[in-house]
Amino acid sequence: MSGEISRDEVAHVASLARLSVTDDELTTFTDQLCVVLETAAQLNALDLDDVEPMAQPYPLANVLRVDEIVPSLDRDEVLSQAPAAEEGRFRVPPALGEAP
Amino acid sequence: MSDTTETKQVLPDGWEMVIGLEVHVELATKTKLFCGCANHFGDEPNTNICPTCLGLPGSLPVPNEQAVHFAMVLGRALGCSVEPGIFARKNYFYPDMPKDYQTTQYEEPTNEHGAITLPDGRVIAIERAHIEEDTGKSTHLGGGGRIHDATATLVDYNRAGVPLVEVVSGPEMRNADEARAYVAELRDILLATGVSDARMEEGSMRVDANVSVRPVGSDELRTRCEIKNINSLRSLGRAINYEARRHVDLWTNSDQPNQETRHWDEEGGRTTPGRSKEDAEDYRYFACPDLPPLVPTAETIAGIDESMPALPAARRAALAAAAGVGEADTLLAIERGLDGLACETIAAGGDATAVMKHVDQNLAEGQGELTAASFAALVSMEADGALSSTQVKTVLAELVANGGEPAAIAESMGFEAMDTGELDGLLDQLIGDNPDEWGRFLEGDNKVQGFFVGQIMKATQGKADGKIVNQLMRQRAQG
Amino acid sequence: MSSPVEPGLKSAAKLAAAVRAGESSAADALAASSAVIADRDEEVHAFLHLMTERAEAQAAAVDAKIAAGEDAGPLAGVPIALKDNMCTRGAPTTCSSKILEGWHPPYDATVIGRLEAAGAIMVGKTNLDEFAMGSSTENSAFGPTRNPLDTSRVPGGSSGGSAAAVAAGYVPLSLGSDTGGSIRQPAALCGVVGVKPTYGAVSRYGLIAFASSLDQIGPFAHTVEDAALCFDVISGHDQLDATSIPEPLAPTLPNLHDGVEGVRVGIIDELMGEGIEPDVRRRTEQAAEALAAAGAIVDTVSVPATIYGLAAYYLIAPAEASSNLARYDGVRYGQRVDGANVATMNTNTRSAGFGDEVKRRIMLGTYALSSGYYDAYYGKAQRVRTLISNEFDAAYENFDLLLSPTSPSTAFELGAKSDPMSLYMCDVCTIPSNLAGHPAMSVPFGVGDDGLPVGVQVLGPMLQEPRMFQAAQVLENAAASGGAA
Repeated sequence: MSGEISRDEVAHVASLARLSVTDDELTTFTDQLCVVLETAAQLNALDLDDVEPMAQPYPLANVLRVDEIVPSLDRDEVLSQAPAAEEGRFRVPPALGEAP
Repeated sequence: MSDTTETKQVLPDGWEMVIGLEVHVELATKTKLFCGCANHFGDEPNTNICPTCLGLPGSLPVPNEQAVHFAMVLGRALGCSVEPGIFARKNYFYPDMPKDYQTTQYEEPTNEHGAITLPDGRVIAIERAHIEEDTGKSTHLGGGGRIHDATATLVDYNRAGVPLVEVVSGPEMRNADEARAYVAELRDILLATGVSDARMEEGSMRVDANVSVRPVGSDELRTRCEIKNINSLRSLGRAINYEARRHVDLWTNSDQPNQETRHWDEEGGRTTPGRSKEDAEDYRYFACPDLPPLVPTAETIAGIDESMPALPAARRAALAAAAGVGEADTLLAIERGLDGLACETIAAGGDATAVMKHVDQNLAEGQGELTAASFAALVSMEADGALSSTQVKTVLAELVANGGEPAAIAESMGFEAMDTGELDGLLDQLIGDNPDEWGRFLEGDNKVQGFFVGQIMKATQGKADGKIVNQLMRQRAQG
Repeated sequence: MSSPVEPGLKSAAKLAAAVRAGESSAADALAASSAVIADRDEEVHAFLHLMTERAEAQAAAVDAKIAAGEDAGPLAGVPIALKDNMCTRGAPTTCSSKILEGWHPPYDATVIGRLEAAGAIMVGKTNLDEFAMGSSTENSAFGPTRNPLDTSRVPGGSSGGSAAAVAAGYVPLSLGSDTGGSIRQPAALCGVVGVKPTYGAVSRYGLIAFASSLDQIGPFAHTVEDAALCFDVISGHDQLDATSIPEPLAPTLPNLHDGVEGVRVGIIDELMGEGIEPDVRRRTEQAAEALAAAGAIVDTVSVPATIYGLAAYYLIAPAEASSNLARYDGVRYGQRVDGANVATMNTNTRSAGFGDEVKRRIMLGTYALSSGYYDAYYGKAQRVRTLISNEFDAAYENFDLLLSPTSPSTAFELGAKSDPMSLYMCDVCTIPSNLAGHPAMSVPFGVGDDGLPVGVQVLGPMLQEPRMFQAAQVLENAAASGGAA
C-alpha cells in the first residue's frame, strides 16, 4: 500500500459513494485522506501472513430465527416518513437503467 | 421439444454456442430471509415491510432457519458440498435495494461444486448455489413503460428481503434445448424437494442466460452477454438462439459483441442492450458484520440427505430399470408423478409394457385412488383376455376415481369376458357372410382385419377383445 | 470542581429506591430534571430534543404502578437521556445529521424497551458528533455541546451530549454508544463514569450503525453503582440482534463491593508513554497505587500491537460506515434534495445532508474496500485486529484486568483540534478494546493540572464486567477518600 491517494482516486471514490465534491473540497479531502492513509501505512511494518482476519469480535455461528410471521409496520406510518409517496409506494425521480 | 430442429440449425456450420445459466429461485418460506415479514406474492404494495427489510436506520438482520435449511436441501439435491457460508455485502445504489447493499454470499457460498444430470445423460456442472436477498420492485411511470423515458419510479418493498438461492451453472450448455432441459430439470428438483414453487411467470424462478459463441472445436470463452427478462422456457430458447446468431453475425463481420447485460424483448423477438459491464460498479464486497457465519454440522447434512425425497434423475433411472425402457421413455410418467406407481405395479407382477402404455396413454396427472395392486390385477386381466382394451380403460378410470377391485368393477359394469367358443361361432358366421373380404385377408391384405374386428365388436357391443379376435383370425388363416 | 447537581438526581439507585418506597415520585423526579435542563441547557446544549410527552406518560405509569403496589422496576422513576442515534418511536432521531432531520422512527431500539420495562423515564435525545464520528461533539449539524464543567471546553465525543447531561446534573443516567471510545473519552472529559460493554452484551437493535463490528451501547453515570445498575438492565440476549451473546450474563451489581484483593492488574506500557499528558499519566499511576493499596497485585504489561490500533481502526470503522451509511439516499426517509434522475437525487441528497467528517470517512472506507485495495487496507486491518486480540489474550493469562489512561488529555478548548488526525489521536487508548470486543470503562480519578477531570480506564477480558466494575468501585472509593489528590 502506498499510503497515498490521488485526486482522481478521491473523485472516483466520491462518485462511487454518491457524493459530489467541488474542486476545492477535492484538494482538501485528498490531503486529509493522504494523512490518514500514511498512518495506515504503519501496518506494513507488521508480519501478518499467519494471522487470520477478524470480522466479528465475539465468535458466533448459526444464529437463526424461526420462520414465523411477525406483524409488519403500518404502511401509512412508514410512507408518512417518505420524502414522496404515491399509490402506496415510495416515489423517486426516474431510475435510469436497471439494477446490476 | 417442439423446435429442436430449429435449434440444431440456428448457427452456421462451424460455430457453437457456449451457454451458462444463472437461475434465481425464491424459497418457499413463510417469512423473508432476515425478518418476520410475510414472503407472499401479490399483496398490496408495501404491506409486508418492517424496519429490517426497509433498511431503516438501526435495524438488523437475523437469518431465517427455514430459508437456510431449504438452501442446504437444494445444495444437497444438486450434489453440492454444503460448506460454511458467510454473508457478504454487495454495495451498490439502487432505489429498490433498501440498504443500498445486497446481503449475499460471495467468497464463501453455502453450496459449491454440484451438477445437474439431464434426461439425455448430459451432466451440467453447478458452480455454486448461494443464498441472497431479493430486491423490491420498481414501477416506471410515464414513457409508455419504457424505462429510459420514465418520468418517475415507484417502489414497493414487499419483495425486498425475500430469500433467494442463485444457482450458477458452468458455461457448459451448447444449444437452447440443453438450456431448456437444464431449467426444466432444475424446476423438477425444486418441486420434488419443495424448496420453491418455481413459477417462472410469477418470478419465483428467474433465469438469466450468459451466451457466447465460438468456432466448433475451440475451447476458448469469448465475450459473453447476459440476457435478462426471460419469463418462460420458450422465451429462453428464443432468446439464446437470437443472441447466439447476433454474436456469430458480429464475429463474421470483423466485429465483436460488447460484454453487457441485454434484455429479451419478447414481442420484438430480440435482445436490446442494457448496462455495459465495462462500467460495472466496484461492489466492494466484505463480510457482513451483522451476520455470524452459517456452519452446517455433519449431523445437519446427514439429516438432510436422509430425508431427501427421490429426485427426478433417480426416478427416471429407477423406472427405466424397472420397465426395461430408456430414460427418455420415462419422462411422461415422471411428469405425471406416476413413476412410483409404475415401479410398484411392475414389482407387483404387472406387465411392464402394458403398465407403461397405460401410464402414457390412459392416465393423467396423479394416480388418484388407483393402487399398484389393483393396477397390476387389471393389467393381468387384460393380458388374460378377460377384458377388452376399451373395457380396461373404463375400469382404469373408475379405479382412479373411486378405487376398488378391478374384477368386481368389471362385473358390476357387466363386463364379462366373451368365451372363445362364442367368438369362434361369430367369426365363422362372419366369414361365411363375407367370403370376398376373407379371401383378401388370406391373400395378406391386413387392412380387412379391422373390418372383421369391427363387425364382431358391433355384434358383442364391445365386449369382445380385439386382440383375441385377431388371434382367432390368424389361427384360421394358418390352419 | 463540583458540578451543580440536584441532590435527587445524582444517584439513580437512591432515586429509584425512594420512588419504589413511595418517598418520592417519578413525576417529581421528571419535574426536577426538566427544571435543571430548562435552566442550563441553552448554554450546554446536551439535548437535541426532549421527549416530554412520552416522559410524562412513563412517569405517570410508574407512579400508577407504585400506587397499585406493583413492582415498578429497578430504575423506577429515574430520568435518563439517550444519545440521538438510538431509535425512539415517534420521537425525532437524527444522529446529529441534517440527512435524518425530521425522521420519526416507527420503532424503538431494544434498549429503550428494556429501560422502559425497568421503570426509567426517557427525557430526551442528546447531541453527538454526526453519526457518532468524532471525539468532541463539535461535529454536530445542530451545533456543539459544551462541557458543563467549563463551557469553553468540549465534552468529548461522540457521546458528548449524554456525558454532559449526566455531568450537568440533568439526569443521573444516560446512554451513549462507543465505537472507538465514544463513551469512555467523554466520560473522562466530563468527570463521570462511562462503560463500553463486551461486544454483544447489549443489543444493537435500533442503534443506528456507525461501524457494526465495533459499536456497543453503554451507560454514563455519576457512580460506578449506577452504571452497574443500568448495565444489568440493558444487557442480555436479544433475538433481534444476531451478534447478541446468547449465554446469560452475570449481573454486576450483587458483587460490586467485593474489592480487588489478589486481583492482578497490568498497566499497559504502550499507553503510558509519548502522547499522553504527564498529569494524566500521573493520575493513572496513582490509580494503580490505589488498587495496590486495596490488595491488587499491580505490574506493567506490554501489549505492543495496541499502537497499531488507531491505524487499523481508521480503516475498519470507515469501511463499515461507508456501507452502513449508503442507505441515506433520500428514497425512504429523512431529507431529499431532488434531481433529474434517482442517481442525481441520491448524490444531491447525500452531498447536502452529510457533514465533512462523515463524507471523509465514507470516502476513506469506500477506498479501503475498493477493488485492488481491499487486501492492502481492510484485509490487513482485520488481521491487525486478530493480532491485538491475541496479545490481549496473552496479557490476560497473567493479569485479570488492565489499566490505562482513558484520554491522552483533559477536556480541550472548542476549536482546538481542527485537523482530523489530531482528533483521531484522542481515541488511541480506547480503540484497542473495541477492536478486541472487550469491555472497558472510564472512572473519574482526580483532576489534571488545569483542574479538569481525568479518567482512568479499566479494561477486562471478554464478559468480565463484574470484575471490571469491582475495580472501578475501588477507584471511585479511593478518589472520594483523597487517593487522587
